[in-house]
Amino acid sequence: MSPLDALPLAASGSNLLAARELMAFTLAFHIVLSCLGVALPAIILTANYLGLRRDDADAMLLARRWSKAMGVTFAVGAVTGTVLSFEFGLLWPNFMGRFGDAFGIAFAIEGLFFFTEAIFLAIYIYGWKRLSGWAHFWSGVPMVITGVGGAFSVVTANSWMNQPQGFTLDAAGKVVETEPFKILFNPAWSYEVPHMILAAYMVAGFLVASIYAVGMLRGRRDRLHRLGMLIPLTIALIATPVQLFVGDTAARAVADHQPAKFAGMECIQKTGDDQTEYVGGICTSSGVKGAIPIPDLDSYLVGFSADTKVTGLASIPADERPPANTLLHLAFDAMVGVGTALLLLGVWLAWAWWRRREVPQTPWFLRAVAISGAGAILALWCGWIVTEVGRQPWIVQGYMRTSEAVTEAKGIWFAFGGVLLLYAALGTIAVLVLRSMSRRWREDEEGAGESDVPYGPPIP
Amino acid sequence: MTRADLAAVILWTGATLYALFGGADFGAGLWDLIAGDAETGERPRALIQRSLTPVWEANHVWLIFILVVLWTAFPEAFGAVMSTLYVPIALAAVGIVLRGAGFAFRKSIQSLGAQRALGAAFALSSVLTPFFMGTVVGAIAAGNVPANGNGDAFSSWLAPLPLLTGVLFVASGAYLAAVYLVCDAHRAGDTEMEGYFSRRALLAGLAAGVVALLGLFALHADARYVYERLIVEGLPLVTVSILCGFGVLALLLVRGRRGLRPLAAGAVIAVIWGWGVAQFPYLLPTSLKISQSAAPGPTLDAVLIVFVIAAVVVLPALGLLYWLSQRELLGE
Repeated sequence: MSPLDALPLAASGSNLLAARELMAFTLAFHIVLSCLGVALPAIILTANYLGLRRDDADAMLLARRWSKAMGVTFAVGAVTGTVLSFEFGLLWPNFMGRFGDAFGIAFAIEGLFFFTEAIFLAIYIYGWKRLSGWAHFWSGVPMVITGVGGAFSVVTANSWMNQPQGFTLDAAGKVVETEPFKILFNPAWSYEVPHMILAAYMVAGFLVASIYAVGMLRGRRDRLHRLGMLIPLTIALIATPVQLFVGDTAARAVADHQPAKFAGMECIQKTGDDQTEYVGGICTSSGVKGAIPIPDLDSYLVGFSADTKVTGLASIPADERPPANTLLHLAFDAMVGVGTALLLLGVWLAWAWWRRREVPQTPWFLRAVAISGAGAILALWCGWIVTEVGRQPWIVQGYMRTSEAVTEAKGIWFAFGGVLLLYAALGTIAVLVLRSMSRRWREDEEGAGESDVPYGPPIP
Repeated sequence: MTRADLAAVILWTGATLYALFGGADFGAGLWDLIAGDAETGERPRALIQRSLTPVWEANHVWLIFILVVLWTAFPEAFGAVMSTLYVPIALAAVGIVLRGAGFAFRKSIQSLGAQRALGAAFALSSVLTPFFMGTVVGAIAAGNVPANGNGDAFSSWLAPLPLLTGVLFVASGAYLAAVYLVCDAHRAGDTEMEGYFSRRALLAGLAAGVVALLGLFALHADARYVYERLIVEGLPLVTVSILCGFGVLALLLVRGRRGLRPLAAGAVIAVIWGWGVAQFPYLLPTSLKISQSAAPGPTLDAVLIVFVIAAVVVLPALGLLYWLSQRELLGE
């Protein structure tokens, strides 16, 4: 008997739930950092470009500070990403053992992108002092490309789990032949990948903007803060309408490709046309309780006509229906709701800019920007809940159940508890470190010496 | 050579590069750990921090590379290793988190108390992580991972050979790190630190040699297949490793700096490939052969193509990073 058997939680035996919770938690933590890894380089380089092009010392200072902050978030992201690579094997050894040769290809490519990004990130972050202005700028450009490439690789691996293809199984269920291109360019990549890349730009943009909005609400309304809010906010707000379009396309594709997931997220019980769209509410097998019903809208959204037939959960075998329908439904609604609210924020900014050529600085606008970062992260998490919980009970849609994939190892709940504590400390210290960096910068500003500026024009 | 063998060569190449670069970063953490209190340890810690800062994340990526190649090219072996050795692997993962975060946070924060605590997390996990990784390699060599996985979670690695391999990993990392730091101190014109790390390189080199010798006895006892191939097919590599090791000792004693790093690296490279040759044709001796565990041909082709692209794109970029770093063009 192994010592772990003695642990009370290990004895509960629900490895599947424990492994899913652990995976979900570590993924939720990491995905925020990966958004920063994907999108911060472009935001930083925009400021860097403006700084070089227009001799703008404020923009230059912002780029330099953001790159220092990215140094911290990238390091945390690198280690939490490594934990996920370990978890693939530690939690789902049967999935990796059986499908690693198909699922893994995208990750081999991701390795290339991540490697290149880590190298140029180091050159960029530590190159401020000794590299010349434009050489330094260009040393950062590969990060933008590799960030997007890395996001493509990881998300296409996930979209393969949703729409697996490009492999042949033998009688024992072992993969005997693979077609790498079909695996990489599975039917779901074309909407999942852009959806996530845009999400990364929204999360990073709104998050950075929200930090400066909070500063402005606290009375720090200098040009540095206005610019620090405007650059990331503009990038995020450009991504937002495109995101709503891509998301709408994605939802229609899911209705087509994964009807069980779609029925779960829209709480559709009976297959048929004239489907009502329910906003909010609790899903039960007898219908949706407490929702705002909009007749026929769901059919319209899926097929642009009330006659569109949409599959309901009742037509799907009980053991192939996704669990936690209310969670799925509310997560989907929350994602769409936040996305719409962020779109309105963009309309607000565009209107104000058109009227006055100035960023609105009213408290209500700043408050809206201040919560936009948290909102974007919430939408990101909700989106992944829809994707991942909605695919259950499958780990590889139609081919392997999550229950078949899970490890037999003991003590997963125990590990989950440990990881919770570890990540709580990690997140807390990361925030404290970033705050102490920002405090130090402010103190430097108040003191006379702007020793922070390595090159570029002197500060008046 | 089959495609599967080529994929195994790629895997070993990744492991070699991880040992040479990532392993040395862990070793530097050990020297950081035992550098003494804040005052006496300040200079060695400053040198360690300067040397590691721009490169440790890139060096770390070789580990991701190993994992990805293993699960893509040899999925069954990956599943078997993970479902058996999950305890040391999970502990190594925790160590990776603490090491990376501790290091990144320590240099971004200014209060001495916080620096101490984060430094301790970085340094201590720099010792534990390679130790647990070593136990994993030792357990595989000892044949304690069954081909279909789910081997015993504890007896598989709590055995002489895995534990010795763990110590060997720690010692070799410390050895490489000390040698690299000697050269960094030399370049910076810091004779005091040069002497400081020379003494430590000698000690670590001797320690690694002794542990390797003990490991040979453990191999003889617990991994007969690997042992027998190591002393026949692997003999040239073992010899190279020993010669390189003595070369480093001699250079350290006469204060030679030219060729110091290549010789130290050579000693480690020869051991890693000696292990590979000794295991051949098994991935998990003696239950799973490379050919049995290999992915279908097109997947292996994809891995080979990725490796070629890595050689064309990543290696020059990495070279640029090291070049800039060695010329002191990168810094806080």
